[in-house]
Order: sequence, then C-alpha cells, then structure tokens
Amino acid sequence: MLKDVTLGQFFPGKSVIHRLDPRTKLLILVGYIVALFLAVSWLSYGVVFVFLAVSIAISGIPLKSFFKGMKPLMFILLFTGILNLFFTQGETVLVQIWTISITLEGVIRAFFMVFRILMLVTGTFLLTYTTSPIALTDGLEALLSPLKKIKLPVHELSMMMCIALRFIPTLVEETDKIMSAQKARGADFESGNLVQRVKALVPILVPLFISAFRRADELATAMECRCYQGGDGRTKMKLLRMHGCDYGSFLVAALLITAVCVLRGFGL
Amino acid sequence: MTPFIEVKNLTHKYSAGTPFEHTALDDVSFSLERGEFIGVIGHTGSGKSTLMQHLNGLLKPDSGEILLDGVDIWQDKKTTRQTRFRVGLVFQYPEYQLFEETVYKDIAFGPKNMGLKADEIDRRVKESAAAVGLSDEQLTVSPFDLSGGQKRRVAIAGVLAMEPELLILDEPTAGLDPAGREEILNYIDSYRKAKHATIMMVSHSMGDVARMADRLIVMNKSKIALMDTPAEVFRHADELVQMGLNIPVLTQVFMKLKQLGLPVEPVYTQAQAVKALTALKGGNADA
Amino acid sequence: MDKAISVEHLKFAYPGVDDTPDIVVFEDLNLQIKQGSFVAVLGGNGCGKSTLAKHFNSILLPGGGKVYVYGMDTSDPEKLIAIRRCTGMVFQNPDNQIVANVVEEDVAFGPENLGIASPEIRNRVDRALKQVGMYSYREHAPHLLSGGQKQRVAIAGVIAMEPKCIVLDEPTAMLDPRGRREVMDTILKLNAEKGITVVLITHHMDEAAQAQRVVVLHQGKVAADGTPREVFSQVELLHSIGLAAPDTAELCWELNKHGFDLPLGSLEPDECAQILYEALKV
Repeated sequence: MLKDVTLGQFFPGKSVIHRLDPRTKLLILVGYIVALFLAVSWLSYGVVFVFLAVSIAISGIPLKSFFKGMKPLMFILLFTGILNLFFTQGETVLVQIWTISITLEGVIRAFFMVFRILMLVTGTFLLTYTTSPIALTDGLEALLSPLKKIKLPVHELSMMMCIALRFIPTLVEETDKIMSAQKARGADFESGNLVQRVKALVPILVPLFISAFRRADELATAMECRCYQGGDGRTKMKLLRMHGCDYGSFLVAALLITAVCVLRGFGL
Repeated sequence: MTPFIEVKNLTHKYSAGTPFEHTALDDVSFSLERGEFIGVIGHTGSGKSTLMQHLNGLLKPDSGEILLDGVDIWQDKKTTRQTRFRVGLVFQYPEYQLFEETVYKDIAFGPKNMGLKADEIDRRVKESAAAVGLSDEQLTVSPFDLSGGQKRRVAIAGVLAMEPELLILDEPTAGLDPAGREEILNYIDSYRKAKHATIMMVSHSMGDVARMADRLIVMNKSKIALMDTPAEVFRHADELVQMGLNIPVLTQVFMKLKQLGLPVEPVYTQAQAVKALTALKGGNADA
Repeated sequence: MDKAISVEHLKFAYPGVDDTPDIVVFEDLNLQIKQGSFVAVLGGNGCGKSTLAKHFNSILLPGGGKVYVYGMDTSDPEKLIAIRRCTGMVFQNPDNQIVANVVEEDVAFGPENLGIASPEIRNRVDRALKQVGMYSYREHAPHLLSGGQKQRVAIAGVIAMEPKCIVLDEPTAMLDPRGRREVMDTILKLNAEKGITVVLITHHMDEAAQAQRVVVLHQGKVAADGTPREVFSQVELLHSIGLAAPDTAELCWELNKHGFDLPLGSLEPDECAQILYEALKV
C-alpha cells in the first residue's frame, strides 16, 4: 500500500541536537562534509567518525532507522565499492583472474570510498531526522536570505517547498484512492508489456493532475483570503534564535575541521 | 440454498506486525441475498470502507473468507478478477476519477476492461447513461465540462455499465442538494429493480438509508453491532446514540410522543409517521 | 454603523467560454447583514450562494452594483487587505486551505502575513486554537486529523486574524455527522461568545435552522428571508425550488393535508412532538 510509505522522516525528540537552531545544523553539516573530504588517513577518518557517532548517540535516534534509510542506496554503495575494487592500479596484487586483478590498494580505496559515502549520507540523515521539515525550510530561507539582494526569490522558493511538503501525504492518499477506484472498474496495472503498463497509468495520472490543479487553485484563493502577499512585510511566529548550545556546537565543529586540517598538514 | 454473498469471520489488519497495527475488521460475518437493498451506517473509522473494499477483492482478508455464490473470491486469480466485475464499487466523490475525453469513453472504460464486444459495450454505455438520466448529446461532451452533479452521474454510470450483481456505493449523495440526492437514490433503486441486483449503500443520512433499505448493517469499532430491518435497528436508539450515530428525526419525534404517553411505536419514514398519526386521530375522533 | 455586509443591486456573470453566452448569476441582488448576527444562506446546487460568498471577500468583484464590507467598497483595490482582515473565509475542502504541515504553523499563517510581532502571533495562535478546541493538537500534522478537526484548524487560522465576520462556504459538505456537529458547535460558540458575525453558506436545512436568520437563494434571487421558523414554514415554496424543509416541518405539512391543523414552524423534535401531542391528546 502506498500509505505505508514514510515521508518526511522527522523523528520528534528533545535532545540537544533536536533543539539546535536549524541554521546551526545546516552550517555544521556543510562543515562536516568539508572535513570528510579533507580527511585522507585512517586517523582523520577516525576523528570524523567519532564526531558523527557522538552526535548520533546524543540525538537518541535508533541506529536501525539509519540502516533502513540506507537501503535504497545499497546499489550505489555496491557499485562504488566494486568499481574501486577492480579498477584501482596498485603494486600488491592479491587476486588475479584473467586480466582483472584485485590489489591491496584497491581494497583500501574501495573501503574508503564506501565509508565516505556512508558517513556523508548518515550525517545528512541525522539532520533530516532531527529537524522538522518546516524548521529546515525556515533555516534554509534564513541562510539564503542574503541572496535576495541579487533578486533570488528565496522566500517564494521556501514557501513552495513548504507547500510541497504539506501536500505530499495528501496526494499520496489521493493516488491510492484513485488507483483503488480504477481497479474496481477492472483497470490492470500489474500485467502487460511496458507500453501497456504506461498506458494503464493514464486513468490514474489524469484525475491526479486535475485534482492537483484544483487543489492549487483553491489553495491560492485561500492563501489570498488570509492576506498573503508574498514575503514582504511578513513576520514569523517562531523566530530563529541562536542559543548557548548553538555556539558550543559551532566550536566543536570548528575543532573537527581544524583537527582534520592539522592531520592533513602532517600528511596523516 | 447458498446465499448470494456470504462473509465468514472476516478479519483485516492494517500495517500488521508494526507498532501502527490497527484492526479494521474484526471477525465479521453476514450474508446477503439477491435483490436486497442494504444500508450501511457507522461513523468514520468504524470499518465500513474496509469492508466494502473486501467485497470486490480490492483488499485481501487477513483471515476469513468471502463467498460469491458459494465460491471463495480468492480461490484463484481468474475468480478474483471476475469478482471485480460482478461486484461494482462506487467510491466517495466518484467524479474525481473521471479521465476520458468524452462521457461515452469514460463510461465504456469498465466494460472495455471486461473484454466485451464493441456492440455490447455500446449497448451498455447507452443503457447506463440513460439509467442515470444523461442524454445522448451529453455522451459526446467532455466530462469535465459538466456540472458537479452530472459528473457524479457519469461516474455512477461507469460502474453500472459493468452490470454488477452487487452494487456498493459509498455516500453516493454526499455534497448534493435535496433534489439531486433524491434523483440519485431513485436511479440506484431503479437499477436494483431492473437487474434484480443487490445494493449496499453507505450513508450518513439516516433518513435516506432508513427509507430505502430492506436491512441495515450498523458498524461500530470494526465489528457489526447490529444487522436487521430498519424498524428493529432503530428500536436500539440509545445504543446508536452511544456509538455516535444519529437517529432519524422522525424516530426522535415518535420516541418523545411515546414518552408523553401516546400509544405509538417508533417509525422512521414520513409515510409511516403520517399513517400512524392519522390513525390515532381517527381513533380519537371515533371515541 | 452596525451593518457588516451590504449588497446593493449586485450584478454578476461568469464570462462564457469561446462562443457560449455568459452565465448570469445575479441581476439585481440586495442583501444586508447585521454586525454580530448569524445568517445562513441556503440554496440548491448552482443557486449562486458560493458566488455570493466570494463577493464578501473581494475574490470576485461585482459586475454592477456594489458590495460593502464594513462600509468598504470591495471593488476598491486600496481596501483589499483591510476587507480581508475584517472578513475571514472558510472553504469547503479543509485539505485545500491548510498551508503548513504543523497545525500551529498553519494557524500562524494569517497573522504572519499581517506583519504582527512574533509574541503577539504566539498569543493569537494559542487563543484561536483553544477557542476551536484544537489546542492539544497544535503540534500535529494536519493530514493525520479527521475532517472535522481539519476544518476547525481552518477556522482557527481565520480567527487568529481577529476578523469581525467569518464567511463559511459549505464548511461541512465533506464531513461526517460527527465532524459536522464539531464545526457547527464551534461556529455557534464564536458567534455567541465573541460576537463574530457569521455567514454560513449551506444546503443542509438542519444547519440553517440553527442560525438567527435564513436567506434562501434561488436562481440568483432571494426567494425567502426571515427567521428559520418563518422560512421553513413555507414548505411549498421550498419544494418548488428543489429544497426541503427540516423533517419535522415536512411531517406537520404532510399531516395538515390529512386533516390536521398544525403550525409548521416547529424545528426541534421535542417541540414537534409537543405540538403533535397537544393536537392528539384526548
């Protein structure tokens, strides 16, 4: 059933990480990614790993959720691993089959690449798991607001994101309903060749699009009725405010980057 | 004799095995005969929709079975698909499922999926369009150019064209004005009489179901709380109120009259009320 | 000035598509609504009641005549925001008027647009949610609420803007009986306790019966206007325009054809029973 699809994987909680300002979390994520790409040695990877592990522990998000989220990425991970495993040139040949050889360098490189992607994705998950979508859009809007000066529609973009997030569950439910109704009229989505299957989607997509346009139209009217006139002169109920723990987190993140840089300087 | 439809110990759980597990149907059993008009009442979340979707094989029971003319509808793939055509399902706000360029094509969608011949499809489209009061000229227009009430009729015709032996409707009159409501109800009842079909209608309008139905199914907390003739069901007025359901206004009036000491039995339609009260007045005049 | 809304000689037509003629809705409609009153506008599908509602909020502008909202001309673009601050709108489909994916954020949307200071928005949001009985749901996602709850959130979103008048366009059409009751109770409470003018567009007789005044529209004209009692006594008139009176009035009317002589104004079951009892007791 489509209803079982989990969307917006926010896990509400009260941990320090949950309470951080979304801007802090976004900036630290950027710093974390930079550190991850600067890391070159076992030791520096270890430092970044410890930072991530401690953050996850503080957040109280069960590890299981991270593994679950990782599932759709399995293919990419496997692909990256195998590619690096077979196509890295090296001295120490471990296995030689016909013209393909697996080298020690290849094994190490494959491990690092997969590890790096895993860390990258896990870090991003930690952000989305601990930050409500609305806080995330607010944070993004605030961080990007200097770009308004160069006429980038920052408010409009974040409003659109917000509305999209709001309507995803509604449209998923609607798709489910339309599918059931067309199935009840004998529509068959499961058999036939590709062309037939694509054709079978028409009875779902047409009503879905019509409904989405109708909703958009009604929503626009409702928003106008509530005096919406774009971002100018708008205030916010929840102001983003930095607290002590935000500054503390910045300090930790700065330490992380410095540590990785210093280690890199020493060639580690 | 085997009943037309027999539901035996039907149980269905959503999100089974997760913390969100929710039993939508709990050991439900009943049977229906051909030509019956069944009203289904119960508040949102009582399991009505889940039950409806089981009867034409859209949902698979977790346990229990559904027999159509004595045959389990999940016996094999062919039987399940055949059930979709024998049991028609009209969802709430069916007009939101229209998609074809013309009314004709949209009504023909179901019969086409059944693999019928062109002339048979044509006959069915025309017959079912007429059955819901659509004119021949309207068949060639786009369904999206019609009014809300007309779209609703097109959608219902789309299911009638499959000539189901059991027709299930989820609040077919929702959002219509009294005149529109009356028309739709009449079309449904005419279809029942013409095809000797069984009708199952979910409705929140107690007056409507009470007047139309031979028997009522009252759903409460995933179970069938009551299943009987309207007269018997509305005798349990207090229980219905406890389930968060309304009782027909006229039944309320008669309950009050009885309380005031008049020798009346609860009624639920206007005709019954008028009959009972004129009889009473006549009796008084005689005395 | 105690007039909330004043419709004077309103003319309106939807333009026809391609070469089809315009669809005329109003030719000369007149209607006054008093501040603090609860008025139900009743009519069948296509009688123009929703079109009328859209004139109260400058969503549609008169093709002729005038509509004044608290003395402000709705066709004056300068007054647009002031008008929308005074009269809030609640629509039929609760899903299509909720903007945010957290209840309290949605209620805050209106006040935020008005540029109100943050602490004051917080106060208004909390107050509005308490008034509609949805305060404990303030951190919920709207799509997980029932229809009645969603509609109450929508109402909270409007009253957080502190309007003097609320126009509700068939707010219960998509709800089950429980949801309808929730919404009706909320509306009645707002009208009684806060003195907010309520204009309820509906085709449910029993809802209209709870208003102080019922205006029946038919083909763009006022077909009946008065207290629920006065309006619902005109059973023949209602039938002639595709409407029905509440079941109680219908019963008395039918009985009168069978030799009874009953007043038609009784709307509550108990009251109707009392009248019947008086007529029948020996």
